[in-house]
Amino acid sequence: MAKATFSIRRGGRDGGEMVDYQAEVSEGMVVLDAVHQIQAESAPDLACRWNCKAGKCGSCSAEINGMPKLMCMTRLDTIDLSQTVTIEPMRAFPPIKDLISDVSWNYEVKKRIKKFNPRKPDAEDGTWRMQQSDIDRVQEFRKCIECYLCQDVCHVLRDHNKHEEFIGPRFLVYTAALEMHPLDTENRTEDLKDMFGIGYCNITKCCTKVCPEHITITDNAIIPLKERVVDEHYDPLKKLVKLFRKK
Amino acid sequence: MTDHTTFEHDVLVIGAGGAGLRAAIEATAAGVSVGLICKSLLGKAHTVMAEGGMAAAMGNVDDRDNWKVHFSDTMRGGQYVNNWRMAELHAKEAPDRVRELEAWGAVFDRTKDGKILQRNFGGHRYPRLAHVGDRTGLELIRTLQDHGIHQGIDVHMEVTVISLLKDGDRVVGCFAYEREHGRFRVFKAKAVILATGGVGRAYRITSNSWEGTGDGHALAYHAGAELIDMEFIQFHPTGMVWPPSVRGILVTEGVRGEGGILKNSEGKRFMFDDIPANYKEQTADNEEEGWRYVTGDKNARRPPELLTRDHVARCINREVKAGRGTPHGGVYLDIAWIKEKIKDAPEHIKRKLPSMYHQFMQLANLDITTTPMEVGPTTHYIMGGIRVDADTQASTLPGLYAAGECASGINGANRLGGNSLSDLIVFGKRAGEYAAQFSKENSHGSIDDAQIDREAKRALEPFERVDGENPFAIQHDLQGMMQDLVGIVRQESEMLEALDGLAKLNERAKKTFVPGNIDFNPGWHTSLDLRNLLTVSEAITRSAIERKESRGGQFRDDYPDKDPEFSKFNIAVKEVNGEMQISRVPIPEMPAELKQVIEEMG
Ligand SMILES: Cc1cc2nc3c(=O)[nH]c(=O)nc-3n(C[C@H](O)[C@H](O)[C@H](O)COP(=O)(O)OP(=O)(O)OC[C@H]3O[C@@H](n4cnc5c(N)ncnc54)[C@H](O)[C@@H]3O)c2cc1C
Ligand code: SF4
Ligand code: SF4
Ligand code: FES
Repeated sequence: MAKATFSIRRGGRDGGEMVDYQAEVSEGMVVLDAVHQIQAESAPDLACRWNCKAGKCGSCSAEINGMPKLMCMTRLDTIDLSQTVTIEPMRAFPPIKDLISDVSWNYEVKKRIKKFNPRKPDAEDGTWRMQQSDIDRVQEFRKCIECYLCQDVCHVLRDHNKHEEFIGPRFLVYTAALEMHPLDTENRTEDLKDMFGIGYCNITKCCTKVCPEHITITDNAIIPLKERVVDEHYDPLKKLVKLFRKK
Repeated sequence: MTDHTTFEHDVLVIGAGGAGLRAAIEATAAGVSVGLICKSLLGKAHTVMAEGGMAAAMGNVDDRDNWKVHFSDTMRGGQYVNNWRMAELHAKEAPDRVRELEAWGAVFDRTKDGKILQRNFGGHRYPRLAHVGDRTGLELIRTLQDHGIHQGIDVHMEVTVISLLKDGDRVVGCFAYEREHGRFRVFKAKAVILATGGVGRAYRITSNSWEGTGDGHALAYHAGAELIDMEFIQFHPTGMVWPPSVRGILVTEGVRGEGGILKNSEGKRFMFDDIPANYKEQTADNEEEGWRYVTGDKNARRPPELLTRDHVARCINREVKAGRGTPHGGVYLDIAWIKEKIKDAPEHIKRKLPSMYHQFMQLANLDITTTPMEVGPTTHYIMGGIRVDADTQASTLPGLYAAGECASGINGANRLGGNSLSDLIVFGKRAGEYAAQFSKENSHGSIDDAQIDREAKRALEPFERVDGENPFAIQHDLQGMMQDLVGIVRQESEMLEALDGLAKLNERAKKTFVPGNIDFNPGWHTSLDLRNLLTVSEAITRSAIERKESRGGQFRDDYPDKDPEFSKFNIAVKEVNGEMQISRVPIPEMPAELKQVIEEMG
């Protein structure tokens, strides 16, 4: 069987180094299989996160040859194995150990976004009526598996460290899903502008490119949200109207 | 004394899948303080992987559906050894629990008149599964998570519980370590709810994640609680079989619900050859009728591909053993064929089964809209678990509750697809409610330090050795043995061999060695998980030996038939003086009203 060399970041919060390991390659293998093989055979203390091994849980995010990807969905036959393959944790977050980074910031951000607040039920039995065509867009956003690869690649977070001022593409998608939910009555545009820093996004679309769920983050979520902010903030009449109608 | 940090909550929930989250939400709503512990990050629990949907008799698609039909379907699927009271509560309450999710922000697929859409699934008489494409579990967990984070629940992520702590008979907390630095934590609680999910990792071919190591089952067992029905394991008929690295990953039953058919290497739809007598009346006897059923004809009967999972899995097993399997040892599951019936078939398939399409495209280089998939049985779900009271979810120990997959009763010998997600929200809620009530009526217990020291010492042993067994190797050997000896088709001699094997593996597990330090060390984590895996494997094996018949998830080559004697009790295991003791717990007589429901529903 063919062998390939993987250079994996080892080390804790204070720093680390790249260490080379060999793994045997068989048909259909993904990067996560290689990491598991190395763990079972030569480095039992090699830390990585995973759960579903089928691209559904968003746990196994890493940078493979510098590209933010899910390890469980990256097949080895899509990578040039004649060269050493590098595997590193997501760099936009502090490292914890080996391939694991500290993503707790994301959990804190989500709490700051106003929760879903539905209108009164449409029917007497406490249920609502919605047409499929009215929820297609929201369902696209709700496919998000919270892998945070989009957060990892966004330069506002990665290079400029604006974690205090900018919630990042994942949470703009999350806000969009709430704002465009046909039943929701809350207004989050003010927050988008002031607390969530939507203005920092300059539509580079890097987030959309890495999303494993193929959510069109920029075109479908961020740009419409930006438009809402502009509409409401800079158009006093609209702002007034908005105050009086539900949404 | 062992270095540790102590946390105090009124109610402590162990597990943050659908059941744990729902329980935590309910308990906070009752006004008590709640802690929630999970091994992974929040939102990553096994529930996230569920695909097909959650069963609730809302009658949105077929108004003939109601709780009575759902109840009788569940009992029939479970071959009448279910806890009938749980099956009743589940059927009655699931619709409200599903609607409540909508009020919390879930966005289910819709019917034409704007209601929650429901789909067909094996063993359910009418279209009953509320769903979101084939990612229903994600919708469920995200809805509960996003609702729950505003409720003031204290979440402890990446923390693993390794034993329950007791004050006399009563469970008063637990002992755990946090994964990042391996530091010990003691949680004191007035009531503890286990919601730790399943045991699939005891087998080599499984749809379960690394978390499915039966922790809750083992924690409860070692604390002295009873487990029942442990012999009933669900092997899902359709797991991926190729390439090797994805073997076991689930292919949702939704594929068959949308018209997918099973064929052997001779191109024959073999499921028509073997329709069990008690399902004959409900099952189509020709292909044409089967197709009409999946396209919504209310007068058609369901195709045999949608018979219960235990049966379909065994039929597939038989085809493969008889040499009519595919090149990689499975059978064909074909959804592409529907292009003969409908115009825009590829688009339709991609819309209805998006994650299946991607899963096969990305992992197997196969386009399911043009090519049949190769599938075979995979270990999926355990019907057995902690014995609970139907109404309150209280275990046999005071202060300890259980809900979700780690609890037992509702499913009997075989679970119907879609009945788990609804089980999580129905009984998660109940567990939260009654645990909160218990916590209001009782004060904190006391925990003696000796218990803590003993557990800590045991946990640290792998670091004290200078050499020893590789925990991954032991886990691998255990999985292979269970797969071979206590799998889909069982017999006494092999299971006795498995018991010997387990004893040897137990010895090896006491000698594990892990290099490196205690910080986020998967070798160490695996080493600690072994105890749980070995405990549940023994419980499965002993219970399977005790049940000398074939029923639902248990098929015995040496007793291939159902034996009415065995419909009168459940098999229970309990730890007595360090030994596993087996007993038979009689099933109480079903009340006349419920008997009548079953008769009426046929
Ligand atoms: C691929 C797949 C598809 C499925 N599809 C469907 C479907 O369509 N419909 C359906 O009804 N069912 C389906 N099921 C079954 C269903 O998903 C599971 O039975 C259900 O999600 C289990 O939920 P739970 O809340 O009991 O536990 P889980 O979701 O498994 O969560 C367990 C939790 O316990 C925690 N935990 C475990 N041990 C410890 C410990 N020692 N210390 C601390 N925390 C611990 C874990 O971290 C996790 O948070 C599917 C299962 C799989 C695998
Ligand atoms: S489009 Fe905006 S959010 Fe996305 S990566 Fe670029 S700057 Fe970041
Ligand atoms: S939007 Fe896409 S890339 Fe971002 S977290 Fe969600 S799934 Fe991942
Ligand atoms: S392990 Fe779940 S997305 Fe990779």
